[in-house]
Amino acid sequence: MKKEEALALHLADNNLILGQRLAEWCGHGPVLEEDIALSNMALDYIGQATLLFKHVAETSGDAKTEDDWAFLRDAWDYKNFLALELPNGDYAFTIARQYLYSEWYNLYLIELSKSSNTFLQEFALKSVKEVRYHLQHGRDWVLRMGDGTEESHARIQKAINDIWNYTGEWFIPNTNDTNLSASGICPNVESLHQTWMENVQATLNEATLQMPVSGWMHKGGREGKHTEHLGHLLSELQFVQRAYPNSKW
Amino acid sequence: MNCNSCSARIRIQSGKMNYTIQEIWGFLKEVEDPEIPVLNVVEMGIVRDVQIEDNKVIVLITPTYSGCPAMHAIEQDVREMLVEMHIENFDVKTVLSPAWTTDWMTEEARVKLEEYGIAPPQKGSADKNLLMGKLRDVRCPRCKSSNTAMVSQFGSTACKSLYKCEDCKEPFDYFKCI
Repeated sequence: MKKEEALALHLADNNLILGQRLAEWCGHGPVLEEDIALSNMALDYIGQATLLFKHVAETSGDAKTEDDWAFLRDAWDYKNFLALELPNGDYAFTIARQYLYSEWYNLYLIELSKSSNTFLQEFALKSVKEVRYHLQHGRDWVLRMGDGTEESHARIQKAINDIWNYTGEWFIPNTNDTNLSASGICPNVESLHQTWMENVQATLNEATLQMPVSGWMHKGGREGKHTEHLGHLLSELQFVQRAYPNSKW
Repeated sequence: MNCNSCSARIRIQSGKMNYTIQEIWGFLKEVEDPEIPVLNVVEMGIVRDVQIEDNKVIVLITPTYSGCPAMHAIEQDVREMLVEMHIENFDVKTVLSPAWTTDWMTEEARVKLEEYGIAPPQKGSADKNLLMGKLRDVRCPRCKSSNTAMVSQFGSTACKSLYKCEDCKEPFDYFKCI
C-alpha cells in the first residue's frame, strides 16, 4: 500500500468510526435540536469517510470498493484513534470528545490543505468548512455546560478528565506520517500540539473548567490495537453487509 | 464556468441529436434540487462545468456538503435528464475543488429561496465575523423582520440552520454560509 493511501485510510477510519458513534444519538438526543445537530455532524463525517475510501478504492488498483473498506475489515485493520471508538457515555462525554477532537481535526485540516498531494489538499479544503461548524458547536456546549449549573459543570469536567488521556496519540506521528510530512504531504502532528493546548486552555478557562494534568496516555489505534469497544461498534456497523454479502442500496 | 464564447462551435452529435454546450446547460437547469425544489442544480452551483470530449458529454458536479444525501439523487437526476434528451454518450463526474460555497448562489436564487420560506445565505462565506460565529442579521422570510434568533446551528438538512422570528413567532430555516 502506498504511503498516501495508508494516511487516507487512517483519516477515513477516524471519520467513519466517529460518524457511527454520533449516529447512535439519532433518536436519543437530549433535545430535538441536539439530536439533529449530532446526526448532521455524523453525516458530514460519513461523507468525508466516503470521499477518502472512494479515493483509496480508485487509486489502489485492486478490486476493493469503498464499501469493502468500510464494511469488510476486522477490528485490527481499522486505524482510527481510540478516543473516537469509545462509547458515547452521557451527553457531556460526547461533547467533550467532540470539542477536543474538533480542535485537533480543524488544525489538522488547515495544515493538510497545504498538502502537495492534490486529492488530500482538495479533501481538506472541503472538509474544513464543515468541521469549523462542528468546532463552534462543541465549543458552545463546553461553555454552556462548564459555566452552567453545578451539575453540568461537574459532568463536563469529569468528561474532559476521562477523555483526556486518549488525546495523546493525536500528536504522535507514526513512521508513515513522518515520511509524508517530510515531503510536504501531511502535517507534522507534533507541531499542532502547542496550538491545540492553547485553544483548549482558552475554552476551558472561559468555561470555568480545569485543564487536566497530562500524564500517561493511551495509544495503539494507529497500529490497530483497539479497545474492546470497537468490535461491538463494528458488529452493528457491518451487520447488513455480513448478513447479506454484496447487498447494495 | 459556462463557456459562452465557444458554445456555438462545440457541438455534440448524439444519435440524431445535435446539441451545443449551451443547450446542455439549459437541460441541466431543468433538474431540480431534490431538497429545495424551487432551485435547480445550476443555480445551486452544483453543476460546475459541461465539457465535450471526443463526442462525449462530461458533466462535472460538486457536493454541497460531503455527506449530503441529496447528491446521489442529483447525480441520478442529471443522468436521467441527459438520457431523456437522447444523449447516449456521457459521464457525470464529481469534483471537490474548488470547494462548494454559498457565495456561488445567484441573486435570483436567493430571492427564490426567500420566497420559498428559507432565509438565503449571507454573502461572504469567508467573512471573519461569520467564521467566528458572529452572525449578521438574518431576515425572517415570512414577515421580513430582522428580530430573529438562532435556535440551532444545525437544521433539517446539512446546509441549513434553524431560526425563529421573535416578531411573527414562526420558526424558519436559514441556508447557512459555507
